[in-house]
Amino acid sequence: MRQDHIISAKQLSRPDIEAVLDRAAEIAADPSAFGDRHEGSLLGLLFFEPSTRTKMSFTAAMKRLGGDVVDMGTVESSSVKKGESLADTVRVVEGYADALVLRHPSEGSAKMASEFVDVPLINAGDGAGQHPTQTLLDLYTIRENAGFDDLTIGIMGDLKYGRTVHSLAHALTVFDASQHFISPESLQLPRSVRYDLHEAGADVREHTDLDDVLAELDVLYVTRIQKERFPDESEYHEVAGEYQIDAETIEAVNEDLTVMHPLPRVDEIAHDVDELDGAKYFEQAHNGVPVRMALLDMVLGGEER
Amino acid sequence: MSNDPELRVSKIRNGTVIDHINGGQALNVLAIVGIDGTSGEEVSVAMNIPSDRLGKKDIVKVEGRELSQDEVDVLSLIAPAATINIVRDFEVAEKHRVERPERVVGVLECPNRHCITTENEPVDSAFEVLDDGVRCEYCDTIIREDIAAYILVS
Repeated sequence: MRQDHIISAKQLSRPDIEAVLDRAAEIAADPSAFGDRHEGSLLGLLFFEPSTRTKMSFTAAMKRLGGDVVDMGTVESSSVKKGESLADTVRVVEGYADALVLRHPSEGSAKMASEFVDVPLINAGDGAGQHPTQTLLDLYTIRENAGFDDLTIGIMGDLKYGRTVHSLAHALTVFDASQHFISPESLQLPRSVRYDLHEAGADVREHTDLDDVLAELDVLYVTRIQKERFPDESEYHEVAGEYQIDAETIEAVNEDLTVMHPLPRVDEIAHDVDELDGAKYFEQAHNGVPVRMALLDMVLGGEER
Repeated sequence: MSNDPELRVSKIRNGTVIDHINGGQALNVLAIVGIDGTSGEEVSVAMNIPSDRLGKKDIVKVEGRELSQDEVDVLSLIAPAATINIVRDFEVAEKHRVERPERVVGVLECPNRHCITTENEPVDSAFEVLDDGVRCEYCDTIIREDIAAYILVS
């Protein structure tokens, strides 16, 4: 991989992505072979927003490579509370670690932060912008379960604010996937993502009704529709109810469907779906560790070892 | 000649004449070049003059001031057809067409209030210039309509 910083899925070429996925597969097959690979290395965690799985899986990944993490802790307990700029925070913390992981509520924060540091910086979510490491583990899960050949994928839910959706849609353009976007009109893809998909010549269709397309999908990627996106709660319940899926529907229409979700879910995937062979969202979450190990291995200079 | 619209405003001795500005954009052009009248330059503005090419056009004449390349670059975003005449001793000494730059830095404010460039960080806004608008290099927000509304007034 050429880049030191991992900011956006847009920067990742097909060979870049395949290199990470191949390394992740190698790690998943024999994790112990990588157990002392980055002994003595430190990863700096800067999470300006709450995170459970992303932070834990980065921590697990770094420790399983033999390294360790230093964590800024919560914003409330840090110097950010005293009004320090992000540019200053990252310039200080780069002196403590060999690479940084940043989650921040502002769009473009990771790109800006990367301009101020020399150590590799990984974007772990910038507002409604991008979440490229989630995309890599999503792609790994897709490759393991459905493959990229003639892939037809449906992406459903909050497409407007969902950063995992934006990153995944960009990345799928390099695999020539056929992409169907299913959402209420108020939560359709933002203009900037449409622009990129159009520029990339992507095969994209939009729907407001999952039934229109469910039968032809190989993969359905479900995301959570958040209450705070709606002016009132009754409207939320009305809309969100139309973008839920259960086992009965899947078994009746498309038995071979792979179901994915970046988690946490609320009720957009009924619990009875968990029992289906195609329910892959927990496997997807677990894949976060080998995929982030692979990525860290590469940005920390694993190839030279 | 008496119908020449350029004669509606007086000739200048030394300075810049910006012609073929899209009708109604003259005040935004002045904002870009940082002229608000307080520093005493002699400025003539003609607005919404009939034009074969643009339908309606504006003209701005500024005495004693030659535009920089940066200023011309930004001008291109709101007045892509503009011509710039540098006048010295009542004669047109240089004639330029504006060219759209690849990017503009520090001149537009990102309309996305969650964009990092709108926060208190030591970073200038930066926009990639597209065929039909501009795009924030940080948060990817695209502006197509009313770009002038986002000009950072100096």
